[in-house]
Amino acid sequence: MPVTSSPQGTPIWRLRTTRTQWLGYLAWLAGACLFLLCWKVISDNTMWVFVEDAGRQGSDLISRMLPPQWTYAHRLWKPMWDTMNIATLGTALGIAMAFPVAFLAARNTTPHPLVRSAALLIIVSSRSINSLIWAMLLVTILGPGVLAGIIAIALRSIGFVGKLLYEAIEEIHPTPVEAISATGAGRLQVMSYGVLPQVLPAFAGISVYRWDINIRESTVLGLVGAGGIGLQLNAAINSLAWNQVSVIFLMIFVTVLASEWISARVRHAIT
Amino acid sequence: MLTLTQVTKRYPTGDRALTDIDLTLPAGQVMALIGPSGAGKSTLIRCVNRLVEPTSGSIRLGDTELTRLSGRELRRARRAMGMIFQEYALVDRLTVMENVLSGRLGQVGFWRSFLRRYPADAVIEAFRLLERVGLPQAIDKRADALSGGQRQRVGIARALLQDPQLLLVDEPTASLDPKTSRQIMRLIRELCAERELGAIINIHDVALAQQFADRIVGLRAGEIVFDGSPEALDAETLTTIYGEEEWDTQGQPADDETSSVPAPPQHLSLATGGTS
Repeated sequence: MPVTSSPQGTPIWRLRTTRTQWLGYLAWLAGACLFLLCWKVISDNTMWVFVEDAGRQGSDLISRMLPPQWTYAHRLWKPMWDTMNIATLGTALGIAMAFPVAFLAARNTTPHPLVRSAALLIIVSSRSINSLIWAMLLVTILGPGVLAGIIAIALRSIGFVGKLLYEAIEEIHPTPVEAISATGAGRLQVMSYGVLPQVLPAFAGISVYRWDINIRESTVLGLVGAGGIGLQLNAAINSLAWNQVSVIFLMIFVTVLASEWISARVRHAIT
Repeated sequence: MLTLTQVTKRYPTGDRALTDIDLTLPAGQVMALIGPSGAGKSTLIRCVNRLVEPTSGSIRLGDTELTRLSGRELRRARRAMGMIFQEYALVDRLTVMENVLSGRLGQVGFWRSFLRRYPADAVIEAFRLLERVGLPQAIDKRADALSGGQRQRVGIARALLQDPQLLLVDEPTASLDPKTSRQIMRLIRELCAERELGAIINIHDVALAQQFADRIVGLRAGEIVFDGSPEALDAETLTTIYGEEEWDTQGQPADDETSSVPAPPQHLSLATGGTS
């Protein structure tokens, strides 16, 4: 924030010094060069012969998808129901596990810094592994089916719900907690009166939001054998039945739309 | 009843909040603690109920040495000390009744409190207190639906439901308008008299302190620099407590109710106001 004065003595203010201004330009130049370099690397690694007829391939695919084979839909109700069950039960299970973990992970409610580290480790490891990978591991352990899907969704949800919830806990007003402690309340009572009412809206919002994400994620779990509509999708793609694939796409689209609508309504109602 | 001996608080940052505080509060006395922001008023009352741990010294309530208690014993000792806060410190999303009943948490088990099944005598007392503080109609309202003065009344009812021997009051009027401030101070004063409660009241408003307290203690930079009756507080002692200022513009301190209701403007200059 350099301030100089003109020969007439009036002060001149500029946000940056000349030096930092030029450093800024240089950084933009370096960024642009990096972008062009990456462009070239990608371009060299692309087989352009395939890309050249992408339009034809795409329209060919769409023509094979249309018209959708509507009669196929009646075989999809059961897998779709499975998918929603995987998402809902998985979310419920995940929330049940994430709830205590969040309280152990929040700086202001954790009983001990070591416990906090352990809780954060659980959250990070749950978050760092995609639910599809969890599902692959669990199908190997538990065998294919809905159960593997439910647990995969639950394990992935712990990290998401746990992280957002512990952040909400750390942002509560400390004075009601102080006031409840001052009445001589026990540790759990302070949590249930001082902390819980303050994080309840955030908790409900996070849970519904995660449920809505899980509906989307559970549609692909079948690709690795963890039950749900993904199994049908996989089978349809493998047998090149594109007019069935389009039915599945539509069905997933409508379900996700509905779940997002519900989630948005619930979150709107809480806040 | 409450005795502080050589109480010192040093924060981990190295700031000395309190230095060798010696203070005795007889039973039933209402003491106002005045001093500039950062003088250690809040720290002092928080040391008493151990929301802040004193670094050294002894604090005795009756026969109990408060500084050595831990766990269950500390919680039992805290029941005997009701606390009232500047920003009311109510739990916004709970109802007025739940907030008041939370004053009994120290005497009720976790599941009973979680399921809101309080003993009948606690509920009766809560109704009685809400009546006493003037909020019988607000029982089912959520705490965040009330005005500042009403919220502070709920805070007072919560503190009294503990059936305490001592009230610790932290800036009860700092967020309130002048009229409500007086009403709240008068209510606290009356309740202390009814129940023969001792009280330490942190307060910025010197005029209110003079009007409603039996005794005034002035704190400056963590040390007691004045301890005496409200009448003994003059411009010179105010300078000792707060530093140099034109205190003489204050006019007469309001002794009688009638003259103080439309507070004269020069009178207000004495109220330093603001939050700590």
